[in-house]
Amino acid sequence: MKLSKLWLLVMAVVVALSGAAFAGQTLDNVKAKGFVQVGVNGELFGFGKPDEKGVWRGLDVDTGRAIAVAVFGDANKIKFIPLTAVQRFTALQSGEIDVLCRNATQTLGRDTELGLDFAQVNYYDGQGFLVPKKLKIKRAKKLDGATVCVLPGTTTELNVADYFRLHKMKMKPVVIENTAELAKAFFAGRCDVLTSDASQLAGTRAVAPKPDDYIILPDIISKEPLAPAVRHGDNQWKDIVTYAVLAMIEAEELGINSKNVDEQLKSANPIVQRFLGVSPGNGKALGLDEKWAYNIVKQVGNYGEIFERNVGKNTPLKLQRGLNALWKNGGLMYSPPFK
Amino acid sequence: MTQSGKNNIQKEGLKAPIIRIGVVHWIKANLFNGVFNSILTIVTLFLLYKVIPPFARWAFIDSLWFSSAEQCRAGSGACWSIIPANIRFILFGFYPHELHWRPFVAMIMLIGLLLYSKNRNHWNRSFGYIWIAGLSIMGILMKGGLFGLTPVDSDQWGGLPLTLMLSFFGMFAAYPLGVLLALGRRSQMPAVKTICILYIELIRGVPLISLLFMSAVLFPLFFPEGVTVNKIIRAQAAIILFTAAYIAEVVRGGLQAITRGQYEAAESLGLNYVQKMRLIVLPQALKIVIPPSVGILISAFKDTSLVVIIALYDVLKTTKSVLASPSWMGFSPEAYLFVALIYFVCCYSMSNYSRRLEKELQT
Repeated sequence: MKLSKLWLLVMAVVVALSGAAFAGQTLDNVKAKGFVQVGVNGELFGFGKPDEKGVWRGLDVDTGRAIAVAVFGDANKIKFIPLTAVQRFTALQSGEIDVLCRNATQTLGRDTELGLDFAQVNYYDGQGFLVPKKLKIKRAKKLDGATVCVLPGTTTELNVADYFRLHKMKMKPVVIENTAELAKAFFAGRCDVLTSDASQLAGTRAVAPKPDDYIILPDIISKEPLAPAVRHGDNQWKDIVTYAVLAMIEAEELGINSKNVDEQLKSANPIVQRFLGVSPGNGKALGLDEKWAYNIVKQVGNYGEIFERNVGKNTPLKLQRGLNALWKNGGLMYSPPFK
Repeated sequence: MTQSGKNNIQKEGLKAPIIRIGVVHWIKANLFNGVFNSILTIVTLFLLYKVIPPFARWAFIDSLWFSSAEQCRAGSGACWSIIPANIRFILFGFYPHELHWRPFVAMIMLIGLLLYSKNRNHWNRSFGYIWIAGLSIMGILMKGGLFGLTPVDSDQWGGLPLTLMLSFFGMFAAYPLGVLLALGRRSQMPAVKTICILYIELIRGVPLISLLFMSAVLFPLFFPEGVTVNKIIRAQAAIILFTAAYIAEVVRGGLQAITRGQYEAAESLGLNYVQKMRLIVLPQALKIVIPPSVGILISAFKDTSLVVIIALYDVLKTTKSVLASPSWMGFSPEAYLFVALIYFVCCYSMSNYSRRLEKELQT
């Protein structure tokens, strides 16, 4: 608690010092540097983590690449800066990074007081519970008196406390700093239930000694829309980041992917023509090359592709699309028209 | 037993009773020479029996060395496979994969230079040039951009080279700074003295983590816009400033241990302040403080792992990062034991060398 108070003070200083000094110049700075600096997680499999060769992988990482492609037409003109949870917003404020793609939850406080702007959500997450089947618990409301394994210092810890208080249930938290150790403690039976973002629970369950002995409860107790963040006040840059994400969603909706994008250039559909820059306009409006959306799809892929590649069925996380499906399929991914 | 003693025994034909020299005697004299000690011995043996066989079984007999993570999960022993499967990332972090030979050579060079420096006969004029040449080559190897080497940004440095670099330069720069601070604190000039005391007490009054934090989070905001100082250099500076304050107090202890007579003798020879310190006082004082300063250097070496909080990928952080991937999750004891071994080898050789140096300088 003490630390968080100190942190608020630091953030207040930060905001006061930086102000709106960055208005309208991020794109020029980025172009002058020759690369985009993207703040990422570094330890979160599926979202932002280097593989065993040191190559960055993840949904947030690919989002960053899409932004680099939009600006430069080249997914490699990018620098990933791993950031801790406490560093992430200051790194953005101080100009150390141009955009933050670090599974940050969009909240009102962060959007206003912290001087950030959240662009398009690239993953809708929510907090859930993982329990052993042998407890025969089917719903979260039956968890009264449970010992709960939870990571400290996260919104997760607050959410679970709120949830138990709201439903007048008792809980005994077991707080362990490190994700892997937390999972180990849970599998060793030190707590009845493990709580975390649903995207993480699936991964944790996958590495259980016997995955079938555990179930993820259907109840989601919080909303965690994860979105890339930029500095407040630079609208052009925010537009670019927003539309880089939206382009991937729109591409999936139009049925354009990295394999068929060249054929689609010949499409007679005026929507596709506008989207891929065959009929110009969108690029100029954003201050980018007309081929920007084509390049994103070609080099990074559409949203469905990056989802499946990083967190989908064939990855250890084995996540369902759920809320992250296209609106046509009952999800929340919806792009405004590209015209 | 001395030569004459041996002769005496041979002459007189007397041998010590077997009960006084054999293994049995040693055991009796050292392990069972009283009720309390006998109980302690039995309890210790029992504990060892309980701990060592299962550990050996886990670590060596049932262990897997070059398997996949799936095979490890099926087995019951240690999964050392996590090390060979990820060794390059653990050691070199984000350094481009095909260029790993460069940090590797640089690391070998640094270790070679350190081993070469162990022998005090090598400490002469050309010694300095060798170091300068060596460090420049290492710098070029790491950074690239010259002689047709692909440039590698320092953001991509990580793993063991980063740990060694932070600790080596940390100690190398902190020691002279610490000595200066110690001299400053004992100086007659009030301004110098006040500044040194303020500095030392201020730095010693805050934990290293907060300094690193300042360097990473607040420091960039004080610069004009667009100017950013490299994160590694910022962390390096914080480590140097921190270690120097501790070295200063240790050296001050050494300075106070030198008797007044030495100072007065130096002055009566007509030596000025610099000569007095360089020729008479510091050589004696620094010799006295070898054990505590090595203690500080060792802890500084281990403290470099705190850079994880500003997301620099030192060797501990790269290991943690490997442990965060679902396939290797749960094999933390193996990975941490490996890192512990690296730290132990480094720290043990430091303390070993300091003991040798002490002995050599004693004469």
